[in-house]
Amino acid sequence: MDRRTILEELKKVLYPYTENKELLQHITDDTNLVKDLKINSANLVDIIIDAEAKYNIEIDFDSAEKIITVGNCIDAIAEKIK
Amino acid sequence: MSRRVVITGLGVVAPNGVGVPDFLTSIRQGVSGIRYQPGYKDLHFNSQVSGIPQFNWDLLKNYVSEITFHGLQGHALGYGIMAALDAWRDAGNSIGGRSDETLWDTGCVFGSSVSECDVVKKIISRVDAGEAKKLGSRVIEQMMNSSITAYISGRLGLGNRIVATSAACATGTQAILMGYEYIQQGVARRMVVGSSEHVDPYIFGAFDSMRILSRKFNHAPEQASRPMSQSAGGFVPGSGSGALILEDLDFALSRNAKIYAELLGGACNSGGQRNGGSMTAPAAPGVIRCISDAVANAGVNPDSIDLISGHLTATAADALEIQNWCLALGRNGRNFPPVNSLKSMIGHSLSAAGSIESVAAVLQIVHQFVHPNINLEDPNPEILRQIDIGCLPTTMVEREIRTVAKANFGFGDVNACLIFSKYNQNG
Repeated sequence: MDRRTILEELKKVLYPYTENKELLQHITDDTNLVKDLKINSANLVDIIIDAEAKYNIEIDFDSAEKIITVGNCIDAIAEKIK
Repeated sequence: MSRRVVITGLGVVAPNGVGVPDFLTSIRQGVSGIRYQPGYKDLHFNSQVSGIPQFNWDLLKNYVSEITFHGLQGHALGYGIMAALDAWRDAGNSIGGRSDETLWDTGCVFGSSVSECDVVKKIISRVDAGEAKKLGSRVIEQMMNSSITAYISGRLGLGNRIVATSAACATGTQAILMGYEYIQQGVARRMVVGSSEHVDPYIFGAFDSMRILSRKFNHAPEQASRPMSQSAGGFVPGSGSGALILEDLDFALSRNAKIYAELLGGACNSGGQRNGGSMTAPAAPGVIRCISDAVANAGVNPDSIDLISGHLTATAADALEIQNWCLALGRNGRNFPPVNSLKSMIGHSLSAAGSIESVAAVLQIVHQFVHPNINLEDPNPEILRQIDIGCLPTTMVEREIRTVAKANFGFGDVNACLIFSKYNQNG
């Protein structure tokens, strides 16, 4: 699965946690989940859990801690589904 | 000068009506919210009826943000949010408000009896399967005892005292009294008060095992809850939530709020599990003292009470409760006021009983009626030895209702009594 496909799928995972849905239209690798998308930082774990279930993967705590941007998310997912 | 406390908003989620208009219609007409629960037969419960609100979970999208709604679980939490925010809107306020505004003079006292076993069960299953990692961020906030107050206060931006309470079946009444006291003491000017309960199969099963539930009317659920009747054979568990907005009178007048009624005062105590009191039974001296203290605190003459909204669950304790009211008020026979039990229609909603019944008490003052006791074709002779049969209305009665006494008694021998009155601007 290429990064572009993962990005489109990731938008669906982020959707329930993003109050302003329009912000999701223009996300890039550099989009910061908390600062740019205004996602509650407590919800980052829920996003990771949802992504794990969606792709049937396990993202360990150390990898999860590095997830700050959309790009980090895609990296973590891409690495596990290789 | 003593502050007066008035009620300016009402919200209710009850087995016989979700929202005040439907609930009001039901209690006027004596509509039962008790239904047969098919799953309870499979669980081998002796009693298979209960009162569960016809609750549309998706409506909560109109009460909390979409993000909060995603992952929200727990019936009692849902009921409580709806009742409290309905009451808030009913009092003429908007929800959400300015994102930077904290309402420092408004607080919340909201009670519940137990964490919802259904929700806790999911957590236990996950943890025991070694999958704690998958629980996510929303579990703690929904299993903590203060979850309902946390959701309500966060949604409304409340900045005064935020207190989650628990006093078994006296929870709702006690929460209302605490809110009243904070306003009386000048701690707060406005309080969101109430309680919420969902009796899931685990709680129901534990009561069923105590053999104190109505089990002879599984074929006729609407007849199962029979307070004060000779054929009363135990209570019917109910669920739901009641909420009231209490305000300092001056605060309410300053914002031109509509005033439903006044909360004149109340009392809360315990019989100490002595003198006939126990974990499960209220001691008569405690109950009598609680009612007497409430009447004294409210500054009313016992003879001026126009209606008693009893605890009256439909167990052997009903006759003793009537005796306690007689002794506390010094009234009996034909001199006793009308007495009714909302539980005849919705069952016993445990922690939510006091708040739902208080909403009913206020509505009876606003609309000047006494709701019927349904299923009371055969009044308990022990009760009729103390009060006249005319005190037990079985159909709705329209009459002047100025002052209502509302009491509830809970496990642990805790008692709470409130005195509501029609609002009179001259005091």
